[in-house]
Amino acid sequence: MTVASGPYAGRTSEIWDRLHHVTDPELDESVTELGFVTSVEVDAIDHVHIQFRLPTYWCAANFAFMMADDMRAAVSALPWVRGASVVLGEHMYADKINCGISQGLSFQETFGSEATADLSEVRRTFLLKAFQRRQEALLSQLMARGYTAEQLVTMILADVQALVVEKEGQDLVGRYLERREIVGPCSPDAPAFLSAEGRRVPAEGLEVYVRGLRRVGVNAEFNGALCRGLLSARFDMTTPLPERPKMNPS
Amino acid sequence: MFKTKDGEEIFVIDGHTHFWDGSPQNQKNVHGKQFIDCFYAYHSNLSPKEWLWPKEKFEKYDAQTMHDDLFVHGYDDMAILQSTYLSDFYKKGFNNIERNYAMKKAYPNRFIINGAFDPRDGERGLDQLRADAEKYHLKGVKLYTAEWKGDSKGYKLTDPASYRFLEEAEKLGIKNIHVHKGPTILPLNRDAFDVADVDDVATSFQNLNFIIEHCGLPRLDDFCWIATQETNVYGGLAVALPFIHTRPGYFAHVISELLFWLGEDKLLYGSDYGIWTPKWLIEKFMAFELPDDVAKETGVSLSLTAKKKILGLNAARLYDVDIAAQKQKLTAPLAAAS
Repeated sequence: MTVASGPYAGRTSEIWDRLHHVTDPELDESVTELGFVTSVEVDAIDHVHIQFRLPTYWCAANFAFMMADDMRAAVSALPWVRGASVVLGEHMYADKINCGISQGLSFQETFGSEATADLSEVRRTFLLKAFQRRQEALLSQLMARGYTAEQLVTMILADVQALVVEKEGQDLVGRYLERREIVGPCSPDAPAFLSAEGRRVPAEGLEVYVRGLRRVGVNAEFNGALCRGLLSARFDMTTPLPERPKMNPS
Repeated sequence: MFKTKDGEEIFVIDGHTHFWDGSPQNQKNVHGKQFIDCFYAYHSNLSPKEWLWPKEKFEKYDAQTMHDDLFVHGYDDMAILQSTYLSDFYKKGFNNIERNYAMKKAYPNRFIINGAFDPRDGERGLDQLRADAEKYHLKGVKLYTAEWKGDSKGYKLTDPASYRFLEEAEKLGIKNIHVHKGPTILPLNRDAFDVADVDDVATSFQNLNFIIEHCGLPRLDDFCWIATQETNVYGGLAVALPFIHTRPGYFAHVISELLFWLGEDKLLYGSDYGIWTPKWLIEKFMAFELPDDVAKETGVSLSLTAKKKILGLNAARLYDVDIAAQKQKLTAPLAAAS
């Protein structure tokens, strides 16, 4: 990570801040925390230059494109940014992705016959997984605090927003609410906990339901650990092993 | 053979090993280099320091080294050699069946060799499969669905051509289908690691066993769901197991999910040699106990019985290995060299 300095230091850190909110769709973690972004520069004419890399040469091209596109969109939303380049290094599709992103092409335009549709379906699949993982984290936390199944399934969104919890719990609430709209309308009186299919979660069998969700979280955490490890092995980084994220009470 | 503290002998069948040639001499292009480099990253990232190999050894090791690592220094009694071609990346293939057969001839009681097929090879591929089945008495094949072939970047088990090959495999008595799900399947807009096609073929081919290598990782969640509904779907532990060293907490969670959803009769140990070696993997696995909170949460246990099944009994069942008879062969004086 380059240290922000010089006349554009403030602007560079603004960019890092925006990038922090871009996630790897599969891992549901920030691309900056994962160590994917290697350099951010802002030049004299307010063009932003971002470089990033991935844990392997073979990482899925669709996710690579999504991250590049999301990064470009995130920084382009800043009013002072007059241009943004995002460049992926050492990847089987690096040339194609870089070319597509630099010309502002869509995924389909970039890949032509190699893609049969845009990314909306795969994007939704992984947003749902992120939703399920975040829901599991919150439900497990609340169950550990003694909320009964009956109480949880009758909660409305206003109840969740009003939960009095400490910082860690607040993060879980915030992260959950951020993804809740994917499965249904978010009026304050809407049910707080809906399944990925948008159905109310039944009180009976809630534990089994949560156990089903747990698989999604375990998988994502495992992949996150693997990706960090492969990235550091590939680029010979001595990255300290992060603690298991405090998503679950276990 | 692993001996417990109480002197009990555990017969070990390694479900996933390779005798590859990833050396620069065999690489066709940058993809060949990146492929073995990626394997090496798995090796360097997850192996204990004292078991790290230099890159040259990793790229290509000899038969004696492999034999000793598995059976002399390690605790394997038998090992399944998987064939992987990757002909677009490697001049002579990555680990072709002839290379595996040479190994088998040198140590006949130690190895089971599996073939490979690629549905995109059409009639020629079917003929080859028939010939291989006869010559090598195949009971299993390994499929690498992400293999690049010309313009194709992979295939699905549900492709009509895959069905033809699976039907032929069944006719030929090849009943164990090891599937390695890798990335980069076209079209690129789909999830490259999707395991849904396993569900479909497992339902259609009830007489075949589908051993999903790496337990469907990185789609463990989807895989568990599919596997609970199919009686003929198994999980191969390669890649998940080495986490036992660097991240035992993650391993505990993964193995407990697998035990919960699939059960102890459906899991197969595999070292994925040369990425990892049996010695440390098995020592750590035998010493491993599920943390109380994880065991309590899932209600599963990783008992000695479960470990025995995972390490050998399940694979013996799939490959018709008579363990008592095999033990005798291995301890007979004539087999001393093996």
